[in-house]
Amino acid sequence: MSEKEVKNIRTEGTRSLEEIFEQRIARDEKIEPKDWMPEKYRQTHIRQISQHAHSEIVGMLPEGNWITRAPSLRRKVALLAKVQDEAGHGLYLYSACETLGISRDELYEQLHTGKAKYSSIFNYPTITWADIGAIGWLVDGAAIINQVPLCSTSYGPYARAMVRVCKEESFHQRQGYEIMTKLANGTSEQKEMAQDALNRWWWPSLMMLGPTDAESVHTEQSMKWKLKRKTNDELRQQFIDQTVPQADLIGLTIPDPDLKWNEETGHYDFGEIDWDEFWQVVKGHGPCNKERLSARVNAWEEGEWVRDAAMAYAKKQEDKKLKKAI
Amino acid sequence: MKNENLIQYIYGIADNALILGQRLSELCGHGPSLETDIALTNMALDLLGQTRSYYQYVARLTGDEKTEDDIAFLRIERQYKNVLLVEQPNRHFGYVITRQFFFDVFHLLLLQELQNSKDETLSAIAKKGIKEVSYHQRFSSDWMKRLGDGTEESHQKVQEAVDDLWRFTDELFHLTEDDKEAIETGIGIDVTNLKEKYNKKIKEILEEATLTIPEIKWFQKGGKQGIHSEHMGYLLADLQYMQRAYPNMVW
Repeated sequence: MSEKEVKNIRTEGTRSLEEIFEQRIARDEKIEPKDWMPEKYRQTHIRQISQHAHSEIVGMLPEGNWITRAPSLRRKVALLAKVQDEAGHGLYLYSACETLGISRDELYEQLHTGKAKYSSIFNYPTITWADIGAIGWLVDGAAIINQVPLCSTSYGPYARAMVRVCKEESFHQRQGYEIMTKLANGTSEQKEMAQDALNRWWWPSLMMLGPTDAESVHTEQSMKWKLKRKTNDELRQQFIDQTVPQADLIGLTIPDPDLKWNEETGHYDFGEIDWDEFWQVVKGHGPCNKERLSARVNAWEEGEWVRDAAMAYAKKQEDKKLKKAI
Repeated sequence: MKNENLIQYIYGIADNALILGQRLSELCGHGPSLETDIALTNMALDLLGQTRSYYQYVARLTGDEKTEDDIAFLRIERQYKNVLLVEQPNRHFGYVITRQFFFDVFHLLLLQELQNSKDETLSAIAKKGIKEVSYHQRFSSDWMKRLGDGTEESHQKVQEAVDDLWRFTDELFHLTEDDKEAIETGIGIDVTNLKEKYNKKIKEILEEATLTIPEIKWFQKGGKQGIHSEHMGYLLADLQYMQRAYPNMVW
């Protein structure tokens, strides 16, 4: 057989495999690690799942910033547990990603060299205790809206990881809102602190749901593979509609003069988002991009001798066992 | 036994858990791997959980509407009775593990005795803590072995930590006046009796880890009297920041 003939067979084979694959997705069947999948599906999933995992572990940093200064023991313990949950999310998302044939070390490498992205929201600083409340309430709130549809996404390991992630995130969101409620009902200083945090985190939270549909490059393909069930703009509207009444309830004001209820559409109209700021932060010019990345790189580099020691020790133990067996 | 003596006795135990928990909290998000990050945070959570149980008990004993947070955040440095060992900084992972190991071995021995205390609350807290602290000791012992018998670099680094931190271990077995009073009433534990077992366990693990105990004649002390190292002030500045900057508020 000539080379050309072999290629044709493969192409034909691939096409039919691809057809079978698309049919399985259409039937809402889960795709498992050992199943055949198009290369683009694999790559898209590596990109999205790792981006998600990176967001979890970079997201530990802004909140970790307040663990040692939490205002009460109860809050300290809750915050520690929350940040630990995020490490756990990172762990199972990296594991899910590894089933696609890439190692955790390679994924870290992509993060550390800036090749892989993480959620831009974590490039904003946490400058008061109220920021911890705002992150839980708004950032985790927006994350849940993004993530709940992923519980039924087509790639099995990702979907299953997301079920657990979402359960914990919704707990975090309630915890964040509870912090804000306490502050909003507290002294004038506390109320001011809460309003200030809302002012700073509101717009970045809206941006978190991604660029507008017109600008989003991955939406179409992702919808087809059920990596996405709603567009960015739909998700953003859902977040706003859900969050505005929560702010009203605790007497805080959303920092948007154009925000108003629209009887006709049954949704809130809202002001223009500063997309220029969004892209600047994505490109690395946010207030904390450098700090976040260098904190991750430092932890990794300073931990190298520890990981090496663990490997060397494990090998020695194995060798000892082997010697005994002989 | 007077309440004030009992309270001071409890501080001598509880403050160790608070300060070590605070030190471990600093590392959350910065561990050498996700797995160790999660494990260190777990230990911080256990220790802070124990702290809350002790302080809630102290608050009840005090009676004048004091809360666990007043006790944790609003004392001056001289009123904290933790040993110097637990306030030592996280210089590198070798220090973190050695500090933990030196403390865990003591902590487990202490709680095993404290569960027999005549004070029912302390006995209950100890019983609950034993399970947690047994895990801490297993974790830190395993890591002492990995680091000691891992690579040349890890051996040297962890030996450096052992050499530096060993001088803080003797204080674990000192008795304050409040301790003595607590022992007399059957509430407190005579920690001097734990020293032999402690040294045996430490020696056993360090030998397996190919590490050596430094030969020193002079040990550091003072924490139990509230005379701390220079590190303590900064630790408390972080810990107390919110309560000091925004007094009398509910969070």
